[in-house]
Amino acid sequence: VTSFRLPQGGQIDRSAALGFTFDGKRFDGHPGDTLASALLANGVRLLGRSFKYHRPRGLISAGTSEPNALVELREGGRKEANTRATTIELYDGLVAKSQNRWPSLDFDLGALNSFAAPIFVAGFYYKTFMWPKSFWEKLYEPAIRRMAGLGSASREADPDTYEKCYAHCDLLVIGSGPTGLMAALAAARANARVILADEGSRFGGSLLFENEEIDGKSGLEWANGVLAELASAPNVTLLPRTTIFGWYDGNVFGAVERVNDHVAVPPPHEPRQRYWRIIAKRAVLAAGAEERPIVFGRNDVPGVMLASAVRAYLNRYAVACGRAAVVFTNNDSGYRTARDLQARGVGVEAIIDSRAEAKANAGGAPVLFGRTITGVIGGKGVSGVTLSDGTRLKCDVVAMAGGYSPIVNLTCQRGAKPRWNADIAGFVPPPTDGLFVAAGSAAGKMLLSECLADGAAAGAHDGKRPPVPRCRDETFAISPLWWVKSSTGRAFVDYQNDATADDLLLAEREGYTDVEHIKRYTTTGMATDQGKLGNVNAIAILAGAQGKTIEQVGTTTFRPFYAPVCFGVLAGPFAGRHFQPVRKSPLHEWAADLGATFVDAGLWLRSAWFPRAGEIWLASADREVRNARERVGICDVSTLGKVDVQGRDAGAFLDRLYCNTFSALAVGRARYGIMLREDGIVFDDGTTSRLAEDHFLMTTTTANAGRVMSHMEFCHQALWPDLDVTYVSVTEQWAQMAVAGPKARATMQKIVDGITLDDTTFPYLAAKEITVLGGIAARLFRISFSGEHAYELAVPADYGSMTAHAVMQAGEEFGIAPYGTEALSIMRIEKGHVAGGELNGTTTAADLGLGRMMSTKKDYIGRVMATREGLTDRHRQCLVGLRAVNKSDRIRAGSHLLKKDDTPSMANDQGYLSSVAWSPMLDRWIGLALLANGRERHGEVLTVFDGLRNRHIRGEVCDHVHYDRENTKLHA
Amino acid sequence: MGDAAPRRPQSSDPASIELWFDYVYLRSNPRGCLDEYVHHSGGCRSWLVVTRDTQTHEVFAVVTAREFASGRNGIET
Repeated sequence: VTSFRLPQGGQIDRSAALGFTFDGKRFDGHPGDTLASALLANGVRLLGRSFKYHRPRGLISAGTSEPNALVELREGGRKEANTRATTIELYDGLVAKSQNRWPSLDFDLGALNSFAAPIFVAGFYYKTFMWPKSFWEKLYEPAIRRMAGLGSASREADPDTYEKCYAHCDLLVIGSGPTGLMAALAAARANARVILADEGSRFGGSLLFENEEIDGKSGLEWANGVLAELASAPNVTLLPRTTIFGWYDGNVFGAVERVNDHVAVPPPHEPRQRYWRIIAKRAVLAAGAEERPIVFGRNDVPGVMLASAVRAYLNRYAVACGRAAVVFTNNDSGYRTARDLQARGVGVEAIIDSRAEAKANAGGAPVLFGRTITGVIGGKGVSGVTLSDGTRLKCDVVAMAGGYSPIVNLTCQRGAKPRWNADIAGFVPPPTDGLFVAAGSAAGKMLLSECLADGAAAGAHDGKRPPVPRCRDETFAISPLWWVKSSTGRAFVDYQNDATADDLLLAEREGYTDVEHIKRYTTTGMATDQGKLGNVNAIAILAGAQGKTIEQVGTTTFRPFYAPVCFGVLAGPFAGRHFQPVRKSPLHEWAADLGATFVDAGLWLRSAWFPRAGEIWLASADREVRNARERVGICDVSTLGKVDVQGRDAGAFLDRLYCNTFSALAVGRARYGIMLREDGIVFDDGTTSRLAEDHFLMTTTTANAGRVMSHMEFCHQALWPDLDVTYVSVTEQWAQMAVAGPKARATMQKIVDGITLDDTTFPYLAAKEITVLGGIAARLFRISFSGEHAYELAVPADYGSMTAHAVMQAGEEFGIAPYGTEALSIMRIEKGHVAGGELNGTTTAADLGLGRMMSTKKDYIGRVMATREGLTDRHRQCLVGLRAVNKSDRIRAGSHLLKKDDTPSMANDQGYLSSVAWSPMLDRWIGLALLANGRERHGEVLTVFDGLRNRHIRGEVCDHVHYDRENTKLHA
Repeated sequence: MGDAAPRRPQSSDPASIELWFDYVYLRSNPRGCLDEYVHHSGGCRSWLVVTRDTQTHEVFAVVTAREFASGRNGIET
């Protein structure tokens, strides 16, 4: 392979060689190269295959907008798919692979799709694969996914780390070309806190590759002088390799800094990428402008490139994109490419200028006015072009100069639409509030002198602005040419998604008139480049077809992210066990001492079971249940929400929150309560105790603790501010343990101070403030979730583990053993107590058999709405028990219930199993179910349909209380 | 919670259910100025009524829900 590297020039370090591989083949490049420039220097032009037709594709651009040269970068857990070769900085040992080809990039069977092109037109998914319906899931979709694909994600965990950070500044400057540098300089000299961010590895923007003269120096020398000043200023933060991807409320900007993407492995303790949230008093968008392709026949053959990219490879990387170039232009900037190429010894066969005339300097290259390229000759590389007058020219590179689109994206991310500027034939940013302004070519200023002056003005701080340096301007004149209608061969608008001009016209003929609809129907602008190159051409072609102006057609919506952002950096450090904070109960240490297995339950880690040697979870839970039911057990219930409610109107407040009444509750007693939502559905449940006339202690379910607190605050503050009541969450302040079983009383008697736990002084539902263990403040409740004679004991959180150990010691002689949430759940299902499975946001109090708790004597949240016809219908699904007819059958939670001989269907659905457990006491699987008209169906045999496993079991409806229906154990 | 304008009906009479439907389900979502409930959940735990332009996010006024409710109740009586 001959080298396309030029003998001199460019910003590469020729003294060092970097080895890398592409599709397993070894190449060399230099520091300063991108993967794209290094491949191009090595004569590699075929870099990818297109999405739909698998057409051979090469580089179009030299930057973020690149639609074709997407590669899989790195290997193993560090593999990153769909990475643009144009933005990958070369490093030694880099490994990259091409995508979407099989068996190889050079010979791709998928290219056969090209011959089937008539069926791959706009909307082909909708049209072709609709029938028969069942084929879509089984046949079409998997096949399409295999054929039309991008890179594949790694299945290994990413070994690298990511960070998040915040920054505040007076001025954020986005982009470091001539405009951005002047803006940053102006603000920096006025002592403003400045952040200058650029997505490139080096600052300078267009000055890195354009031959300019500023202040009598080369543009690059001038830029380096400004950068040296900025770098030495303590009030300036320079962020290279940083893409500002979004503009949000409050002038907040999101950014990703690629800290270590330019090395194989990040150094120790350094992240691969860093997510920035930048809060800027003011910001300047100096992102420049994106050159547009021209839509003409076979404009996707490798070697057809943007003219500005040809200059970038030539001047910045010292790579010739070919040996003989044709420039196709509709504006003056194409001439610059021709001059630069000739200056570096690359032949320019002709400038094809679609305009009738131009004043620009062609540098000696022949200019063919009033002509266009109708087709490109060549397969995996350009070998020539056909012109509109029938002439053929030989060449190996076509430089397209279709005009410039200001990079307006960020300024439009909060809903405003860009405006059309006919003078430059491009969309310019909408007017803004002045806190975020575009400047320079991002604002449609196409001359260097305008950019320098505009940047200085935009960055001016306290009225101070630096002198604007002198420069030499190019001319800029454009006469739009969007699409060569006489093209032969497919004329691509969106390269990556293979959308052509004909696709757009077809969609228009089929009635898709709105640009947003056409986008989705043809997928134009929906690829990873988000239409950066093709969208304006698409809009112009539609305008032509519809007889509208470009402004009337308008743009599609600009949304974050401006460029692809990887999930890793969005997650930051919050991955794996750092995903959320770990919330430990005050009895965590106690449970851990006893060998508990913990499970995540919402934010909490809860002790789920306490296995002994050789026990699996079910055996452990089984033993824990038997022990509590036959002897005594102790369980951590600290995670229940606890709210301390005090004040003269505390009782009245609770009366309005709960459907049952608390104001009449005697001091020293506890009561179960049901709380509804205002729409009449059950919200939460729990016991509330009255500790004094004006002092209640509420409990909520673990899951709803936060929501109930917010609800209480809303009800009090927004609905009844006159109530004299105050309340605070004390969930974290108290450790709480349930002690349950026939020996619970004997156990507890040993630790309480000076109180006899008999049914006279401490009856069922007693609730008292006492002391335990010789003076520890405590609250003792005789309440039971297990159905056993039981107590709940609360002590200040720091005394939790010590007290629990003391209870264990006290109960040792009675055979006490800890039980976890599994055993707790089994026992509540045995007793038919409702929990999350039944309090699921669809059930009323009546559905749960608790309708009689709903007072008719007072106003409360949800009272009136609970009387709605639909919520009182007798055919509603309500709580029942269910057990398999065949004792050895296992029923499964989530199974649906059907009449005995019905087949599964929505119409036949009778309800579902909401909770299921293996009952050690009954020696069978038991469940709670919500069944239509269930209370009248006890004894009926139903089909229990488990759709996940496609199993049908016979089940019998029974009372929801499976165990000890008479509550003899509770009152024992 | 959105729109703060709906007022909880005074009556618990099931005959007033139409008022309740409006209160529970009807919320304005205008393009423009709106009084809406906001919960300062990470801070002082106050419910606030923020007067905000939904299009521009410009905030015109903030009062506590308590003040808002008392003000409304005051006008009513």
